[in-house]
Amino acid sequence: MNVRMFLLVLLFALPGASLAQGFAGLGTDAEGFAVPKRGTALQFPRDHGPHPAFRIEWWYVTANLTGADGRDYGIQWTLFRSALRPFDQDGWQSPQLWMGHAAVTTPQAHFFDERFARGGIGQAGVTSQPFEAWIDDWQMAGPSFDDLRLTASGAEFTYDLTLQSTGPLVAHGDRGYSVKSAAGQASYYYSQPAYQVTGTLDLPGGPMPVTGWAWLDREWSSQPLAEDQSGWDWFSLTFDSGDRLMAFRLRGESDLFTSGTWITADGQAAPIGNGQVTATPTTWDETDGRRIPIGWHLHLPDRDLDVEIAALNPKAWMGTAFAYWEGPVRVSGSHQGKGYLEMTGYD
Amino acid sequence: MTSAILQTIWSHWRRHPLQLATLLSGIALATALWSAVQAINTEARANYARAVQHLAAGSFDRIVDPSGPMTLTQYQKLRRAGWQVAAVREGRLAVAGGRVDLLGVDLLSYPTLPAIAEASDVQGIAPVDALTAPGRLFARPDLADRLRTTSGLPPVIESTQVPVGTVLTDIGTAGAILGSPEQISHVIILTEQPKGLPPLAEVAPDLTRIAAQGDGDIASLTDSFHLNLTAFGLLSFAVGLFIVHGTVGLAFEQRRPMIRTLRALGVPMAQLRHLLVVELMALALLGGAAGLILGLYIAAALLPDVAATLRGLYGAPVDGTLTIRPMWVASGLGMALVGTGLASAQAFWRLARLPLLSTPGQQAWSGQTQDSAGKLAMVGLGLVGLGIFAVMLGDGLIAGFALLAGLLMGAALCLPYLLSHLLNLGARTARSALSDWIWADMKAQLPGLSLALMALLLAMAANIGVGTMVSSFRLTFTGWLDQRLTSELYVTARDDAQGTAIETWLAQYTDRVLPIQSLEMEHAGTPIFVYGVVDDQTYRDHWPLLTPRQGVWDRIMQGQAILINEQMARRNDLWPGDRVTLAPDLTYEVAGVYSDYGNPTAQAIVSVDELPRFNLPVPNRRFGIRLKPEQVSQVARDLRATFDLLPGAVIDQGNLKARSMEMFDKTFVVTGALNILTLGVAGFAIFTSLLTLWTQRLPQLAPVWAMGITRRQLAGLELMRSVILAALTTLLALPLGLMLGWVLLTVINVEAFGWRLPMFVFPLEWVKLGALALATALVAGLLPARRLLQVPPSDLLKVFAHER
Repeated sequence: MNVRMFLLVLLFALPGASLAQGFAGLGTDAEGFAVPKRGTALQFPRDHGPHPAFRIEWWYVTANLTGADGRDYGIQWTLFRSALRPFDQDGWQSPQLWMGHAAVTTPQAHFFDERFARGGIGQAGVTSQPFEAWIDDWQMAGPSFDDLRLTASGAEFTYDLTLQSTGPLVAHGDRGYSVKSAAGQASYYYSQPAYQVTGTLDLPGGPMPVTGWAWLDREWSSQPLAEDQSGWDWFSLTFDSGDRLMAFRLRGESDLFTSGTWITADGQAAPIGNGQVTATPTTWDETDGRRIPIGWHLHLPDRDLDVEIAALNPKAWMGTAFAYWEGPVRVSGSHQGKGYLEMTGYD
Repeated sequence: MTSAILQTIWSHWRRHPLQLATLLSGIALATALWSAVQAINTEARANYARAVQHLAAGSFDRIVDPSGPMTLTQYQKLRRAGWQVAAVREGRLAVAGGRVDLLGVDLLSYPTLPAIAEASDVQGIAPVDALTAPGRLFARPDLADRLRTTSGLPPVIESTQVPVGTVLTDIGTAGAILGSPEQISHVIILTEQPKGLPPLAEVAPDLTRIAAQGDGDIASLTDSFHLNLTAFGLLSFAVGLFIVHGTVGLAFEQRRPMIRTLRALGVPMAQLRHLLVVELMALALLGGAAGLILGLYIAAALLPDVAATLRGLYGAPVDGTLTIRPMWVASGLGMALVGTGLASAQAFWRLARLPLLSTPGQQAWSGQTQDSAGKLAMVGLGLVGLGIFAVMLGDGLIAGFALLAGLLMGAALCLPYLLSHLLNLGARTARSALSDWIWADMKAQLPGLSLALMALLLAMAANIGVGTMVSSFRLTFTGWLDQRLTSELYVTARDDAQGTAIETWLAQYTDRVLPIQSLEMEHAGTPIFVYGVVDDQTYRDHWPLLTPRQGVWDRIMQGQAILINEQMARRNDLWPGDRVTLAPDLTYEVAGVYSDYGNPTAQAIVSVDELPRFNLPVPNRRFGIRLKPEQVSQVARDLRATFDLLPGAVIDQGNLKARSMEMFDKTFVVTGALNILTLGVAGFAIFTSLLTLWTQRLPQLAPVWAMGITRRQLAGLELMRSVILAALTTLLALPLGLMLGWVLLTVINVEAFGWRLPMFVFPLEWVKLGALALATALVAGLLPARRLLQVPPSDLLKVFAHER
C-alpha cells in the first residue's frame, strides 16, 4: 500500500475500524463534533462556507456535457473537508484537512487526479461571500453562488467552465435535514441541481468546447452513516421533461435504506421517504477484481418512474486514496435523460 | 578407494599440524581483513541509502529563496499556481548530549515516509497526533532516549527507519519547536505535476529551482573514503594470499613422495587432482568461515571510528552498529575460495606437469632463476607504465587508484630482480669463503622468499605512504588549530546577562576580550553559521585564509565584505570577488576563503556590527580572552569562583587543542589499525616462507656443517639472512612508500577530502618502521633457527646417506 494512502486512510478512517464500518469512516461517533439537528434552518450565503465543528463536509459538482464533436462528456469537481478536531486555527497545525478530487469522463476514457492540503495555510479552503472554494490551483469561485467559474487540472487534463444557476437551491429531507439510516443518522444536505454550463475541456486529444448541465451538492455532518452501513449508491438525474431526481441507497448489513428528492422543472422539491424508491443492479462490470454494478433499474411508483440507467463509461473508477466509482449515466425507459452515478464501498 | 586416497592425503596434515594451522590462518587473515572492510562499507552505504530513501534527500529538485528562508506566502503562490511541492523546515535542535538535525516535512504531501508508516503500523499513531499540537517526533531509539530527557519537546516515537542523528517530524511541529512557525526552509518539487503548469519564473521570480543532486557531494566524497578502505582490504587480501601460496606450495612439495607412491600404486592423476582440489576447497571454506568471524570482530571494533570519521569529515550520517547480511557471508566465503584457488594454481600446475616417477629436484619447488626475475621485472615496469598512463589519460579518483595499483604491483614484481642485484653487490664485499657462501646462499634462497618479501615490501610501502599522508594532514591541522585557537581562554556564559557581566568583569585583567557571536540561519536551503568578529590584531595575524589579499580585514570591518569557509566556497562555488546574499537586503562581497577542517557546515564571518542587521537573535555568551600565559590559570579559577558557570564553560586553549587533536586522531584510527594489521600479515608471510624453505635447508646446510661450522653459527647465520633480506626490502620500500604518499596527497586526497595538503616527511618514523620490519623478520626467523640449533647431528649426517 502506498504510504500516503496508508496515512490518509488513518486520517479519515478513525480508530477501531471494522469492515462494516462504512466508507471513509463516516459511521463513527461524533465525540466533540457538532451533530445535525432537525429543524435548523439553513442560512445563505453563510452555509455555502465551511462548518469546521462538523467532522466532514463537501462541495460536490458533477456535470453532463456535450462536446462540439457531439459526444457526451462528464466532469467531477469535489472538495472534501475532514476535521481531526472540531475547530480551525491558522498555521501548519490546523486540524482541518482538505482533499480535492477532479475527473473528466468520456465514453472511452476516464481521467482523474487528487489533491491534499491542510487548513490554516491558505492552500485550500472555502469562503462564502464572495464565494470561493479552492485547493491548490483548483477553484470554484464567483461573485455569488449562482455565477461560478470552475477549474481543475490533472496530469492529463484541465477544464475551465462557467456555471450559471437557472433555478433555486433545493433543500433535501426535512428542510435540509437529510436522514441517512433507520437509526437516525443524518446530515445537512442541499443542492443547486440546475447550473447551465459552458466552457472548455483540455484533454490529451486537444481542447474541446462543451455545453451542458451541472449539479452541485453541499453536505456536512459528523456521523452520516450507521455502524453497519458499508457504502452507498447515489443517483442525480436530469430528465428531458425538466424534472430532476436525487435518490440514494445506503447498504446496511441486513437492510437497505433509500431516500431521495423529486425536483420539478420549476425547482419545487418533494422528499421521497425510505422504501419508496427501489434501485436494482442489472449489469455488472468486473475490473481488477472489483465487481461494480454499472447498469441499474430504478423504480419510483409515485412518479410513474420506471427507467434503466447505463454508465457512459463503465471504467469510471476513481483510483484515489479513497477509491469509488463516479461517472456520467444515460437514462431510458419511462423517462429519458442524463445524470451522474456514485457508488462507494465496492473496493 | 577414494576414502583410502583421502586418508593418505589427509595424513600429511596430521603429521604437520602447524602447517595446517598456518594455511588456515593465512586464508582466515586474508578473508578477515577483506570482509571486515566490506562489512564496514556495506553498513555505511546502507545508512546513506536509508537517509536518501527516507528523506528523499537529493532525489528531488528543490525550490529555494536565494535571499533566505521561504515564506508561507511564497508557498501559497506556488501551490495556487498548481505547482505540486512539499514544504520542508530544517533546523538544529539542542538536546541532551549535543545538537541534532530536526527535519520537519509536510506529512500530507511528502512523497516517501516509511518512518511514519512503520511507526503507525507498530504503534497505531493517529494522524491527529502527528499533525496537530503538540505533534510527535520520530527518531532512532538511541536518539529518542536523549529527546525524552530533554524537557519541552513533544512525545517521541521510536523508529529505526529515521536516519542517524535526525529527528523527523511534521512541518507544523518543527515550526512550533524552532520558532517562526510559518518559515519554510525549502520545498521539494514532486514528480507528478499538472498539465499546463505555468513556469516558475512567472509564478515566483524571486525563487530559484535547484536541480536534484543525485546522492549529492556527500556520496562522491564518502565513495572515495570507501574506495580507500576497499583498497586497503584488497591489499591485506593479497598479502594474506602470499601466505596461502607459500603454505600450499610447501604442502605439495612435501607430499611429492606420497603422490609418487600413490601414482605408482595406480591412482589416476585426474582423480588425485580432483581430490586435492576438494581438500583445498574444504580448507578454504573452513579458513574462510574463521576469517568471517574474525572479520566481524575487526569490523565491529573499527566501525564506531569509521562512523566518527564519516560524520566528522563529511557530515554523513552513519550508525555505529553492525548488521550481518547473507550477501556479506557469501561474498566473504567466495573470496576465500577464489583466493585459495588463485594461490594454489601454481602448485597444481606443477603437479600436473610432474613426470610419473620423477625424483624431486633440489630446485624443483622454487625453481626461479635470475633470468625469470629479469622477466618479472620487465612485467613490473610495464605495470608501473600502465599506472602512469592511466593518470595521464583519465582524471579523478579511479585513475589515481590505478596509478597506485600499477606502482605497487609493478614495484613488487621488480623486487626479486633488484634484490638479486643488491645481493650481487653484497657478494663483492665477501672476504672469506664463508661470507662468499652466505651471499650465494641468500641469492639461492631468494626465489623461495621473494613472494613473502614482496608482501613485506607492499606492507612497508603502504605504511610509509599512508603514514606520510596522515602525518602531513596532522601537521597541517595542528598549524591550522594554532591559527584558529589564538585566545588563551574561552568562556561560555549561561545567558546573555551573565555574558555581559563576565565581559565587564574581565576588563580588570585584559582589554582584549573577543566576543564570539554567531547566529544560525539558512542559505540556499542549507544551514549556515554567521559569526561576528570584532576588529582585533589576533584575526589579522592568525586567521587561516586560503586566499590572502591586501586589506581583507579592513573591508570586513567596514561591513562591506565577508569571509566564508572552504566548505561553503566549494559547495556554492563562491570565491573572492563573488557576491552572496545572506538575507533580503544583505548582500556582501566574498573577500576571502578560510580553511575549516572537520566541519561539514557552511560558515561565514562578518563584522560584529553587521549581526543586528540580520534581525535574528544573537546570543552574547561566548568569549575568547587574550591573556598573558602566566595569567591563564588564575583568571580561569577566578572566573569559575565568581560566576555560576556550567561545567566545562571555561576552557583553556591547550585543553581545546588537545580535544581537537583527539578528535582528529580518532578519525585516523582505522587507517592506523589497518596499517598495523597489514604489516602483521606480511610478517606472518615471511614466517611461513621461511618454514617452507626449512625443508630444503638441511641438504644445503649439512655440507657446511660437515666442513666445521657449528650449528650455533649456522642458526645465527639463518637469523642474519632473514634480517638482511628484510633490511634490503625495507630500503627499497622507502622510495616506494614516499611515492605512494605523494600520490595519496596530491591525487587521492584532493578527490577524497576536497582539501589539498602539503607533504611533510618524517624520517624518524621510517627508522621506527624499519626497526619494526627487522624485528618482524627476526621473530619470523627464530623458529627455523631454533630448529636448526636442535637438529640432531644424526639428521645432518643422514643427508649424505639419503636422497633427500
